[in-house]
Amino acid sequence: MKKLTAAMVAVAGVAFATSASAATLDDVKAKGHIQCGVSQGLPGFSNADDAGKWTGLDVDLCRAVAAAVFGDANAVKFTPLSAKQRFTAIASGEVDILSRNTTWTMTRDTQLGLNFAGVNYYDGQGMMVPTSLGVTSATELDGANICTNTGTTTELNITDFFRANGMSFNLVAFEKADEVVAAYDAGRCDVYTTDRSGLAAQRGKLTAPDAHMVLSEIISKEPLGPVVRQGDDQWFNIVRWSLNAMINAEEMGITSENVNATKYNDVTPGVARLVGKEGNFGEELGLSNDWAYNIISQVGNYAESYEANVTPLGLARGVNALWSDGGILYAAPIR
Amino acid sequence: MTTPHKYVRTEDAPLLPPPATEAGITGWLWQNIFASMSDFQSLGAAIRSLFMILFSLLLVYLFIDQTYGLIDFAILSAVWSDPEGLKREVCWTVQQGGSLPDGWHGACWPFVWAKQKFAWFGPYPSEELWRIYLSLIVGSIGLVWALRERLPYRRQVGVLMLTLYPLLAFILLTGGNSDASFTGIGVWIIVGLALISVGRMGAAGHLGTIFAELAGIFGIVGWGIIALNVVRGIVAVDFNLTPVGTGDWGGLLITLVVALTGIVASLPLGIILALGRRSEMPVVSVLCTIFIEFWRGVPLITVLFMASVMLPLFLPAGVNFDNLLRALIGVMLFSAAYMAEVVRGGLQAIDKGQYEGAQAMGLSYWQTMRLIVLPQALTHVIPGIVNTFIGLFKDTTLVSIVGIFDLLGAGQSAIADAAWSTPVQAITIYLYIGIIFFIFCFGMSRYSIFMENKLSKSRRH
Repeated sequence: MKKLTAAMVAVAGVAFATSASAATLDDVKAKGHIQCGVSQGLPGFSNADDAGKWTGLDVDLCRAVAAAVFGDANAVKFTPLSAKQRFTAIASGEVDILSRNTTWTMTRDTQLGLNFAGVNYYDGQGMMVPTSLGVTSATELDGANICTNTGTTTELNITDFFRANGMSFNLVAFEKADEVVAAYDAGRCDVYTTDRSGLAAQRGKLTAPDAHMVLSEIISKEPLGPVVRQGDDQWFNIVRWSLNAMINAEEMGITSENVNATKYNDVTPGVARLVGKEGNFGEELGLSNDWAYNIISQVGNYAESYEANVTPLGLARGVNALWSDGGILYAAPIR
Repeated sequence: MTTPHKYVRTEDAPLLPPPATEAGITGWLWQNIFASMSDFQSLGAAIRSLFMILFSLLLVYLFIDQTYGLIDFAILSAVWSDPEGLKREVCWTVQQGGSLPDGWHGACWPFVWAKQKFAWFGPYPSEELWRIYLSLIVGSIGLVWALRERLPYRRQVGVLMLTLYPLLAFILLTGGNSDASFTGIGVWIIVGLALISVGRMGAAGHLGTIFAELAGIFGIVGWGIIALNVVRGIVAVDFNLTPVGTGDWGGLLITLVVALTGIVASLPLGIILALGRRSEMPVVSVLCTIFIEFWRGVPLITVLFMASVMLPLFLPAGVNFDNLLRALIGVMLFSAAYMAEVVRGGLQAIDKGQYEGAQAMGLSYWQTMRLIVLPQALTHVIPGIVNTFIGLFKDTTLVSIVGIFDLLGAGQSAIADAAWSTPVQAITIYLYIGIIFFIFCFGMSRYSIFMENKLSKSRRH
């Protein structure tokens, strides 16, 4: 291995100039774009469209940070990462933000040298069953065959759930999501379980989508959010407040369409602070004062991003609605 | 005139066609198929024949069934176009809310057409695609020219394809203008020149016997450094092209880049390693053996994981280099080790008399190898070499698990697009990818057969 490492380091030295990373913001400004780690393809969150352009809720978060830093939502490059690679990529500085539907857990937050800058989607593991099964609650599933992916927490969650309820079950696990859906569609199992966003996304692959229903039980908490390296508080703040700005904008009713009007009109003090007419909140972050204005005008508020990316999957806002609309989305105020 | 014979044949007996069991299609069928299942002379033979009939019918049925299934899926039942831009709904059955009959099962080609650009070039910016086209066109012309017989300047074109073309393709694809300092490059070139002159002086015997023996190595290292830095210099020139990082490469482009780099680098590296392993110098031989056995001892997937997941952890913070480059180097070293063993097989097949004859003619080691041994050895192992190439081409799909969008990775990412999600989405794109791989691998294997026939007509058995 030494030989491999030595050879690669040698090539690295020759091929690429190195830069020490002191402050991520300075590095990012020096290279002129943000490097954003995303998934290799997850509908609604980070997915390349027909032209190869990245879209999704996670992608919009990176674009928002780019808009805040550079005033240009396109000053961002995306690195598709596998689940195994993602933490190495962020820890080694290969990417500046990891926005890859990553569940915020205590281990990840405390042991990996990483920080979660917030939650941009509250997911949870759900179960899909054929309507013909006549089941209305997950507690009626004793002895069921369950299709799921191998090697993920979904497998552990479902085991916990069945054990906690004293029920037996057979696990039918596959490597790829497509295989799971195909097996479920072919009737090899009674239940298909994965994150609820995933259930919604895969539904279109069933031969008779309307003949299946998602049970109301949510058996795990999966708060998904952007990740940054530990020890760079300024960058952490920029990412956290970019997300908060999007959520606050929705709460105040500021959208990409009406944000320009706020520049000229008299607005409430809260809105004035958000769009940079009052105070110097941007400067405190090391950015310009119209940072949030740029985010809202170029990327939109949280609702706009959600409706463009997640709503087409057939996922209602649910718990991801604002706290004032009965959800749990709650951003700290800008003041 | 009378004759004592009752009958005299006055013309030749007519030439009868051979019996139906011996000639034509019937004959072929009889000899190769039906003869083995129509022997009912004894009980044993009859049972054998019956089994043959049953198995044959079963195989014929399976063959027809599968072939028809494939043709039906890919052509007859397939949806070919999506004029109204309905996306997934064009491939939906009534049950799903579309217009196709329930139970329909066919390829959804509009999905592939929509993902065509992504599958071929990944997220490469659309307005810069001409750069890929240009390098592909230059590459294919050069390749055909170098491989085709009876064209003038074949050898020269071949050399250009191996030296200038990669440079051109690199600059076109990335945009050049890498941030290397010209001062640094200058310093390195001076170091290279110094090494070469030390080598020259050593060879001339000015620096003592040890230097005289190492002179060659100094020369090689010196030239290597100079070549590397000239390349660095050229790559650092600003050609006024928009830079496109390798993160924006994808699809077939990545597959070709990885496969071609592996193929082009593995043969010379493999030859050197094979010669090194058979060398009589113990240090060289042991080093080469260790290298080969090490790389053969780890699976490619481990190499890729090591390169993309572990390596960044060993490097100091902030130092990172291209994900694709890491994978490329891994693939290159890995395939070189396999190639070395293939070439070594060829070297072992060369008769000792060939070496002795060359020595008797006064040829040096390198001359012997270049003029006598390698041409024969490589011809012997063409099937093995092409085997390794084809294997390597297919192994490139492994890079998709380390987050590089090769053809397969791009396809899998396309499957995740909810705008096209249908039950046949995955099968369609896998079929498409399979066809592309088949075209490339089959092409390579045909070329290898052609080369074998050409080079070893006298030796075929």
